[in-house]
Amino acid sequence: MSNRRVRFTFPQKLIPIPVVYELGKKFEIVTNIRRADVREDMGRVVLELEGDDAEIENGLEWVASTSVRIDPVVGDVVEG
Amino acid sequence: MSHVKSLRCRGCGSEYPVEPLNVCEFCFGPLEVSYDYESIARSVTRESIEKGPATMWRYDDFLPVDRKDAVDMGTGFTPLVRAKNLGRMFGLDHLYIKNDAVNPTYSFKDRPVSVTTAKALEFEFEVLACVSTGNLMGSVAAHGARAGMKTMVFFPASLEKGKIVGAAVYGPTLVALEGTYDDANRFCSELADNNRWAFVNINMRPYYAEGSKTLGYEVIEQLGWKAPDHCVVPAASGELHTKIWKGIQEMTDVGLIDGANTKMHLAQPEGSSPIVEAFRTGSKQVRPVKPDTIAKSLAIGNPAAGPFALEVLAATGGTAVAALEEEVEEGIRLLAETEGIFTETAGGVVISGLRRLVNEGKIGRDEVTVAYVTGNGFKTIEVVEDNVRPVHSAPNLDSFEDAMEAHGA
Repeated sequence: MSNRRVRFTFPQKLIPIPVVYELGKKFEIVTNIRRADVREDMGRVVLELEGDDAEIENGLEWVASTSVRIDPVVGDVVEG
Repeated sequence: MSHVKSLRCRGCGSEYPVEPLNVCEFCFGPLEVSYDYESIARSVTRESIEKGPATMWRYDDFLPVDRKDAVDMGTGFTPLVRAKNLGRMFGLDHLYIKNDAVNPTYSFKDRPVSVTTAKALEFEFEVLACVSTGNLMGSVAAHGARAGMKTMVFFPASLEKGKIVGAAVYGPTLVALEGTYDDANRFCSELADNNRWAFVNINMRPYYAEGSKTLGYEVIEQLGWKAPDHCVVPAASGELHTKIWKGIQEMTDVGLIDGANTKMHLAQPEGSSPIVEAFRTGSKQVRPVKPDTIAKSLAIGNPAAGPFALEVLAATGGTAVAALEEEVEEGIRLLAETEGIFTETAGGVVISGLRRLVNEGKIGRDEVTVAYVTGNGFKTIEVVEDNVRPVHSAPNLDSFEDAMEAHGA
């Protein structure tokens, strides 16, 4: 089992879609939301995922396929 | 002596011990070093600072590391140059360039890395690491070498060879990462979580970020213990902008200056300007973008300190400006041709951004303005190489005169 801290950014058209709920239903992953900020034009959710590494990878691949952007909670780390 | 109290979450205010932590366990917000300012105020005076070394370490009371433990390569206390020629061109009577391109590895990154390396030794890390596309990896490799640490430098495999050489010479382990920048971001975050390495800008980020405050202190001291009316700062993650402001505030908080009414402006290249876009739309959130800019050192699409930079802009009355891509090279040339300072692309963004601010009436002729130049032009020489058009002549007078006439010189 491992934990992964991630930030999902939802484009406007995906804000009504229960992506986090479906992530927990479709995959053996526990989702734990720590922060969320949903506005008219963009939504952002910071959460921790708990599960097997492979299951988390598969789950994140599915989330990415929905067009939700996935980032590390610390933002970009590649610096100039 | 160090006056650090704790690490504190910038989001929810939770406090943590002084350890290699960077994220709040409660809300996953970023952690920041907090200090006992009353203790600092009792320890420092203008005179005590002026008696210190001519480096950033003269301000060690405001840093999380004691001067005696510093990994110091002579970083900081860089020139604050009165830019009369450029000022005349822009209509500014009191324009200064803070030339941080003359640090040991030729960028401001030596400031945060100097602090982080010392802290990494204190925490008994054996490996110093970073993921970078240029300035940061050169600085980490150099400081790691000086500290006798094993050094790991990660970079996207597509990076130009010249930038890799600038780090390789110091002897780090070089790791070229395949895939996109997003892949590199995710992978290195995971690496930092799963290895006991001092990843300077990930798990060591709270300490790393503190080094940039010295760019605020120095300007105040070099202006005769006065804060400028305007600062123009390049922005990638947004951290430098927020930390220069933190430095200026701290000088006020401990009574070294009477107060500061500095407007903190920031400049980004148009091809990577998520903070500028949020500022324009009045949003408190920064929408991530895919960077596409010649200013590679500012190419951060999802800036970690973006929301905090927006707060500083709002608190100080600053403005966020974008320099058009074609203006970046022009800004580099302007600074070189008027002041003899050769900056990399981030400096070109600052100079072009400064001109926009003046044209928009944000900066007045009589106001003291400091533009921050944070990296050396020899790092991005390819951007200006099209300007090299020598007069070709045989070594005799006739040929020379003909060639000069043909050249229009």
